[in-house]
Amino acid sequence: MQTGFDFTVIWINITYFFIGRFPHGPLGGIALTLYLAIIACVLSFIGGLFLGLMSISQNKLVRYLSIAILNIIRGMPLLMVIFWMYFLLPAMMGKTISESWTVIVALTLFTSAYMSQIVKAGVEGIPKGQTEAALSTGLHPWQAMIYIVLPQGLRNMIPSFVNQFVSMIKDTSLAFIVGVSELTQVATQINNRTIIYPTEIFLFIAVIYFFICFAFTSLSRWLEKRLAWRR
Amino acid sequence: MLKYQFDWSVVTSGKYFEWLLSGLYTTIQLSVVSVILSFILGLIIAIMRMSNFKPVQWFAHGYLEFFRNTPLLVQIFFWYFGSYKILPTAINDWLNRTNFEFGAAVIALTIYTSAFIAEDIRSGVRSIPKEQLEAARSSGFSYIRSMQYIILPQAVRITIPPLINQFLNLMKNSSLAMTIGVAELTYQARQVESYTFKGFEAFTAATLVYVVLSIVITLMVTYYDKRVLSLMKAR
Repeated sequence: MQTGFDFTVIWINITYFFIGRFPHGPLGGIALTLYLAIIACVLSFIGGLFLGLMSISQNKLVRYLSIAILNIIRGMPLLMVIFWMYFLLPAMMGKTISESWTVIVALTLFTSAYMSQIVKAGVEGIPKGQTEAALSTGLHPWQAMIYIVLPQGLRNMIPSFVNQFVSMIKDTSLAFIVGVSELTQVATQINNRTIIYPTEIFLFIAVIYFFICFAFTSLSRWLEKRLAWRR
Repeated sequence: MLKYQFDWSVVTSGKYFEWLLSGLYTTIQLSVVSVILSFILGLIIAIMRMSNFKPVQWFAHGYLEFFRNTPLLVQIFFWYFGSYKILPTAINDWLNRTNFEFGAAVIALTIYTSAFIAEDIRSGVRSIPKEQLEAARSSGFSYIRSMQYIILPQAVRITIPPLINQFLNLMKNSSLAMTIGVAELTYQARQVESYTFKGFEAFTAATLVYVVLSIVITLMVTYYDKRVLSLMKAR
């Protein structure tokens, strides 16, 4: 065992870890990780809402279609989804798109499938009487869903959404594979440049990821308690 | 869309088919070895987490939080690039002599998955009524023995469906081992793509394998849920 850690390498490169080459170049590091996670999370919330509502639709065709999509996406590793997007998106769009957007689309597709399960469970957790009451006051099924069921269901889903956001932050590390300069990529760059400090560098970014994710995990637990108490 | 000539023979026979097959074999090998090790480790951590001795409990709690809230990829890199400063020289030498990529991937996957498995086991144990432990203790079993003979055998039975789901996740997560050069399924699909430019076929083949495996395993869980667990509840 070779002992002796030397964390000066972290200190020298600290701005690179946090924002990449930002003022003089593209955004990177932790800032880019959070940027990717937030955009992909918002998009996959919308995607999850659609997929989730599709999977409880009365229309059999829509329901089976969504279930097929869900099972395919959930059976695939995220890495595979990223590779698919990496070479399908340019072919479909007819032009090249940036690596960041490739990863955002892949993360959105992947997480939508998991978000949809949360949406489904949340909607099914609302008592049937609510829908029936809404329908009997003359609301259209869609109106009943949008104005009555979803607002109540969404509130219960908040803690699960926050947990998904935590997974999203962890998943953005896979953007490394297509060369997006988020935190993990930045760390491997610094590691390649300095060579002899891998333990320090990867320990450092693990701790950074941990603090970000742990903060949100704690938030989700707090929300869960609070929402349960208010009910 | 560009004109693209499909050629499925690339992935259904010959050299490239063998590559994919060997990739699948490595994926399964990696998943099975890691799931067995992470079950053992997860069990130990779960027991530590439920212990009454505070330092042990804190250690297990810290372990769970840390490894669950860190990306697997970073953990893989940490063990692959950085383990030489952490592990004893003897283990490092042994890993270097055998297959270091595979070993590092197994260590990372095992530790990552064990944190999730420990939580599953803990919620399984929680679902066993407290009176059972009290009854076991009052009939003279020690804490460890009452866990071993009374609580865990029941808890593990309840925990089997989430455990199988963890195995599924592990199988998918094992694709990350390609980043350090373990030639598993995703790696081989990528390899076939770069050799033949038949990315569509190669990725389709690999995706199909993953999806079929996961659907089969999910169906097994559903069957187990229906048969075994409903029988347990009926008793």
